[in-house]
Amino acid sequence: MKMAEPVPLHKPVPGFDVYRLREDFPILRQRVHGKPLVYLDNAATSQKPLAVIEAEDRYYREYNSNIHRGVHTLSQQATDAYEQARAKAARFLNARSPKEIVFVRGATEAINLVAAAFGRARVKEGDEIVLTAMEHHSNIVPWQMLCEQTGARLRVASINDDGELLFEEYKKLIGPRTKMVAVVHVSNALGSINPVKEIVRYAREREVPVLVDGAQAVPHVKVDVQDLDCDFYVFSGHKIYGPTGSGVLYGREALLKAMPPYQGGGDMILTVSFEKTTYNELPYKFEAGTPNIAGGIGLGAALDYVTAAGLDAIAAHEHELLAYATAAVSEVSGLRLIGTAKEKASILSFVMEGVHPHDIGTILDHEGVAIRTGHHCAMPVMDRFHVPATARASFALYNTKEDVDALMAAVRTAKEVFGV
Amino acid sequence: MSDLRELYQEVIFDHNRKPRNFHGMANANHAAEGYNPLCGDKVKIYLKVDNGVIGDVSFEGSGCAISTASASLMTETLKGRTLLEAEKLFETFHTMVTGPEVAHLENLGKLEVLCGVREFPARVKCATLAWHTLHAALHDDHHTVSTE
Repeated sequence: MKMAEPVPLHKPVPGFDVYRLREDFPILRQRVHGKPLVYLDNAATSQKPLAVIEAEDRYYREYNSNIHRGVHTLSQQATDAYEQARAKAARFLNARSPKEIVFVRGATEAINLVAAAFGRARVKEGDEIVLTAMEHHSNIVPWQMLCEQTGARLRVASINDDGELLFEEYKKLIGPRTKMVAVVHVSNALGSINPVKEIVRYAREREVPVLVDGAQAVPHVKVDVQDLDCDFYVFSGHKIYGPTGSGVLYGREALLKAMPPYQGGGDMILTVSFEKTTYNELPYKFEAGTPNIAGGIGLGAALDYVTAAGLDAIAAHEHELLAYATAAVSEVSGLRLIGTAKEKASILSFVMEGVHPHDIGTILDHEGVAIRTGHHCAMPVMDRFHVPATARASFALYNTKEDVDALMAAVRTAKEVFGV
Repeated sequence: MSDLRELYQEVIFDHNRKPRNFHGMANANHAAEGYNPLCGDKVKIYLKVDNGVIGDVSFEGSGCAISTASASLMTETLKGRTLLEAEKLFETFHTMVTGPEVAHLENLGKLEVLCGVREFPARVKCATLAWHTLHAALHDDHHTVSTE
């Protein structure tokens, strides 16, 4: 009999005290079905630290008012806090200026904004938009809608059995007709990290703009948009410990300037008459209507929190967890990982022989372990791996080796219940 | 664990492992497809109905244990029933898996093994997918039924 590989010891990251950080997340103290909550559905949404909850609370208790238009004190305070949050987002991504930061509802809205505003101005019949086979639906459907409106078409780069982009094949898709490359930084269904910098370099040498979907990347890897040299970078606040309904579109200033507005309304104008409207300067041109003020301020607090914890330390901690969990999965017969790319972040997608992911999810929930089951809004990925769905555990900075142990114990329970 | 066993009764495992009437039907006169986007469950129901009586019924598809067992048990229960009885069964079954606890479940027979679903609201759609699809098939609704 072949001896199983020994599970490597989980190595704590020096200076990163996960048990102390957990104290910042009140929701983690509760029990579910009588068991301590083990929250491993972070790729769907992350939990919020007190700093974020309190920032939103303070706004509503102490200085709730509309921004950019009042002369009164509260309005000035709210405007300052909101614009400070924008400056924090700019620093977080290393944008050249806060003008390049458009606040949106989330990554989905950001992609829709670019597809609509950029697409309307630049994409015509016969043009092509290049995606990959591992995109989330939010980075497929807006482009598909644009294609329907303009007569452009989608080209889709393939991935291999490990869930890695076939880069040589990808390059061949980028040609004279390509008007946009839209690519996910970290795949939500597989965890694969794409070589975004190389992709951007290749596309930009051919004068093709690149949009990077960073929804699953920003909580786990340090992002520098100047270093990446991408044209657009989008992420959702709620996946990086911030409020739902907050998010960021980074756009290169020259491109944002050249784009028509996305939505019309208040705040995005300088002057309005029935004959002619002049649009506001960046980034306000893209922020029609009263925004999610509390959400933006909360997102600023979340970015502060992540920065204080240190993204390099978070990445190292999560990398250890993923390695530990990956080794643990290989010990259990009948389990198969979906997504085994060399470069991976924070996602453990798996299937179990004889047990449907949805059944796994119910049994794990009973053990207090929250995971996601289903197609993860990436149905083309499921088709590629010939599975209807997967069970997905995804890690955040507050997860521990004990969380992985609880996951694996619950997985063994599922096997027992099903007798497989 | 106790209500987990309520949900996953032995009969359900049996029907999940060996689904009954699990095949297509060349001479079906009613058919419909159902889909649960939440978990990716897909089912296609085939029926042969003569003079208001279900002569034969079968299904194909892929899904979780609850949806597969529910579809399998449904096909077993429906053979020989009138359309009116089938609709009535659906109604009673639906009440059983969604409503408050009912003492008297009239003539649900084997279908009663699915009563544990009531305690798992996230799984009700799994248990009812086959039935909603049946309903669509009998009403010749050719759109794919979605439980969302």
